[in-house]
Order: sequence, then C-alpha cells, then structure tokens
Amino acid sequence: MAIQIRLENFSGPLDLLLHLIKSHEMDIYDIRIVEITEQYLDIIEQMQQLDLDIAGEFLLMAANLIHIKSRLLLPVSEEVIEEEEDPRAELVKRLLEYQRYKEVAGFLEQLPQLDRDIFPPQFSWSDCLIEDEEGDEVVLGLYQLADAFHRILKAKPAEIFHEVIRESLSVDDFIKRIAEKLSRQNRLSFRQIFSLDLCLNELIVTFLATLELVRMRIITIDQMGDCSEIWLTLKASAEQLSRLSIDEELLGYG
Amino acid sequence: MDNLSQLVEAFIFASETPISLDRLSDLLDQPKAKLRPVIEELKEQYEVRQHGFTLVEVAGGYQFRTIAEFAPWLRKLKKDRVPRFSRAALETLAIIAYRQPATRAEIEYLRGVDSGGVMKTLLDKNLLRILGKKDVPGRPLLYGTSRQFLELFGLRDLNDLPTLKEFSALDPQLVTADPLNSDPAEEV
Repeated sequence: MAIQIRLENFSGPLDLLLHLIKSHEMDIYDIRIVEITEQYLDIIEQMQQLDLDIAGEFLLMAANLIHIKSRLLLPVSEEVIEEEEDPRAELVKRLLEYQRYKEVAGFLEQLPQLDRDIFPPQFSWSDCLIEDEEGDEVVLGLYQLADAFHRILKAKPAEIFHEVIRESLSVDDFIKRIAEKLSRQNRLSFRQIFSLDLCLNELIVTFLATLELVRMRIITIDQMGDCSEIWLTLKASAEQLSRLSIDEELLGYG
Repeated sequence: MDNLSQLVEAFIFASETPISLDRLSDLLDQPKAKLRPVIEELKEQYEVRQHGFTLVEVAGGYQFRTIAEFAPWLRKLKKDRVPRFSRAALETLAIIAYRQPATRAEIEYLRGVDSGGVMKTLLDKNLLRILGKKDVPGRPLLYGTSRQFLELFGLRDLNDLPTLKEFSALDPQLVTADPLNSDPAEEV
C-alpha cells in the first residue's frame, strides 16, 4: 500500500503515528507494532533527503518502535510475567495524551481570535506619552526583563582588548550605587541605569544588583506597555536606605 | 454620580487593554458592588441594540470588541494581514494552558519534538510567561500562559477553557480508526 505522506504536514512523530494507526484502522490500545513499525520505517526511508533536525525526532521514534517490537518478540519468562508491563503501554499513553492536546489545539484554533476574528478599538502606540501613570503599570515578567537586558548587551559595541587589569566588581557596591542614584531621582529608566559606557562585566553586575534590589523590596520595576521603557522606582524610605547594609556572604556572588 | 454609566462606558472605551472592575472602582471611587450592575446593564444594552461591537468580559476586565461574524469584512480593514498560528504554536499553547506550570522538557515529551523555537516565539509575543524554577536538578524554568493569552482567545480566565476530560482522547471509540477522515480532531 503506497502512502503519500509529507512529513511537513505532521507536527512530529507522535502525530505521524496517530495518523498511521487511524489509517490502518487499529485500536490504539492494541497497536499492531510489527505492522506500524514497518509502515513508519517506510516513510522515514522516503524522507532521506530531509532536514536532519526534523529527522532526528522521527528517527528517535523509529528506534523506540523497534525497541518495543523486539521486546514483544522476546520469549516471556514465566516468573516475571506478573509484573511485566506491556512494552507498548508508555507509547499508548503518550499517543493518547498527544491526541488530547492536539484536540485542544484545534479547539483554540477555532475560538474567535483577537485581531483575526474580532477587533478591539485601536490606539496609536507611543513610548513616552504619559508623565504620571501611578498604578497603571503592566506586570513585567522575568522574560521581558531578561530580554531588555539582552538588548542592552547587543547595543554595546564590541570591546577592544589591550591590557589586562584584574578588576573585581562587587554586587554590593553596585547595589549601593544604584540605590544612591535613585535616592536622588526616585525613578530611573532601564537605559539610564545601563549606560553604554559600562563594560560588559559592569553591565552584568548592575543587572544582578537590580534584581537584588527588587528582591530586597527597595525598588520596583514596571513598564507601561509591551516593548515600552522599563522603569526602576525607589520604594524604600531614605531612612531605610541609610540603614542598608549588605552581607556580601549572604548574596553569595563571591 | 448620575452619569456613572456613561463614565464607566468611557473608561472601558478609552482603555487600551481590558479594564478590571478593581481598576474602575479605584478610578471612579465607587464600590465594586455599585459598578457591577452598571456594567451588566451596559453589556445588555449593547446586546439588545445590535451594535457592530459588544462589551465583553475578558482576561479579568472589560473591553469593547467587534462581533465575530463580521470577521471577513474587518479583515479587509487590516488588509488581510491577520496573525496565524502554526500547529506547533497551538499545540504548545494547549499543553501549557492545561499543564502550567510546565517545564520545556515536559512540553517536549508530550509533543515528541523540540519546542525551544516555538516557545521563544510565544514568549516574544507575550503569550507565555516564566512562572519560576522547578525544584528538581537543573532547576528548569517553569512556564505558564499570560494575560495576553486570555485576551487573544477571548477568555475571562483559565476556567473558561473546557476541562481536559471534555476532549475525547481517552474515549477509545473516538480514537479508533476512521479511514474516510484522516483527521478526526478537526471535528471537535
């Protein structure tokens, strides 16, 4: 039976297996492994010229199928028969679970989608229009913060190396430095904190210090909207700041 | 405040993202109990008067949105540049929506394929967020869906999704073969 199958149409080996099981009218709880493995390997063979990245996952499943097949072929010794699990059990479980999420994906796909099926009022987007937006910040995720830092690192021109001077930077110092700056201005943008004249190490230590300050609840970090400026705001009072003492040991940066 | 209903309407109209009852209560300095019936009445008015848009409750807030049956016309306004999600993206979102907090390894085990690229795209689109780190060796990151995910699919909260049991996979009848239709999942 010739099956014309394009692997691009399948989101992965589980998807392909499900398709084979269905098109061969098999009961998913009682997969005819020998037959399915043969079919599966045929398809893999057809895709010799395929991108190895995608192929790798399909090959892994092929190995898995062959392994199950070999276990099924082994004579079962009488003593262990009780606790021996059906070698297909894990695969069946994965297939059922995958099938379920595939259905959920189909369900999500048909929901009315924003900007595809339904549209909200559109606003012009601006980075710096609001002066006072107390309490209006969106919650800023760790990913956005790390992403912003990554952009700063990328914006930094490559360093030219010459003389090597060992310079030790302490997170402690940078915490104090940032806290001091903030105590004068109360609010600083991410870009102000990470000025591009800092060297790579200084940028990293500044980032660590910023995270520590958030952890110590001395500052908060917020952002007005996706992709807009990130702000650092001082939350602790001047008095709390003056009592700020950091135990280097406790920070554990060595 | 005699113009409370109008004010509420104005706030919802002018807000860039769905505006929550808490926020309206803060802005208008009115108790939530007083605002809730006002919003309900507004919702009903838009329903009854058959406007091109309705007032919907989504992602923990309220927003005006056009009604879905006008999608083909409105797409013209957008010059048909509408976002489409790949199957990989939808599967990944589906798994994370139900399994959160989930690690990348768990997602990849369930999908059977590398999902790093698609997860990066979903993180960039703010549909996923990092919830923390799992307390197992390697401390892998834990992922969950974001507020924007709810906004995208018009969900009030995650409980708006059907329970996993409602998807038929564990029912052998539906899993068994159907040679005329190679993709029964589409019927759901």
